Amino acid sequence: MDKWPQNHEEIHFMNFVVAFLLLFGLVFFTGGGVGILRFPDFYTRLHPAGKLDTLGTLLMIAGLALYHIHDLTLSSVLVSAKMILILVFIFLSSPTATHSIVDAGMRAGLRPWTKEIYEKLEKNS
Amino acid sequence: MMDTFFLSVGLYLCLLMVFSLYRAVFGPTVLDRLIGVNAIGSKTVVLLLIIGVLYKRVDMFVDIALAYAMLNFIAVLAGSRYFQKRKGLYEEPPYK
Repeated sequence: MDKWPQNHEEIHFMNFVVAFLLLFGLVFFTGGGVGILRFPDFYTRLHPAGKLDTLGTLLMIAGLALYHIHDLTLSSVLVSAKMILILVFIFLSSPTATHSIVDAGMRAGLRPWTKEIYEKLEKNS
Repeated sequence: MMDTFFLSVGLYLCLLMVFSLYRAVFGPTVLDRLIGVNAIGSKTVVLLLIIGVLYKRVDMFVDIALAYAMLNFIAVLAGSRYFQKRKGLYEEPPYK
């Protein structure tokens, strides 16, 4: 009887940490989405898309793995290890994908955004 | 309690995917559309894991999420390798 409230309290604290991680991941995803919508050209849009999405994915998958490990059986530990594997893969592959998109833009000859081009476009329109 | 929280997190992720979908549909150049598709794909991996937690079948959905992450990476690499050869990409108005 005295074991139950202690256990309950522990699960409660774990849920608090999981909610904290998930909400911080959502903050970074929101920043990435707003940046993709509002930045002026292609190269500047890659900056939120590359960095904030990587960090948001990292925090959210870490939170989900922490939530799933709470009963500590072999299968749940294995599933959490797979989630950490996804995390490592995304941590390596998302910056690589961003770099390859930048490379495609440079080779296709897209010019970066400067203030002079912007003012010329404003004058013409 | 926790299920409601995960459900609302998933719904908010869907809302953010609609933001990225705007860039994927109306992006001025082809590479802007590629950015939008990449952002949607990286959110989809997390959304698949949340769906797995909601259905209590994470052991199945974690494999789907891993395959989707790999597929997203390969698709973005193939798309950027293909569109780098298209000269005249900058003839489109690059900014609005």
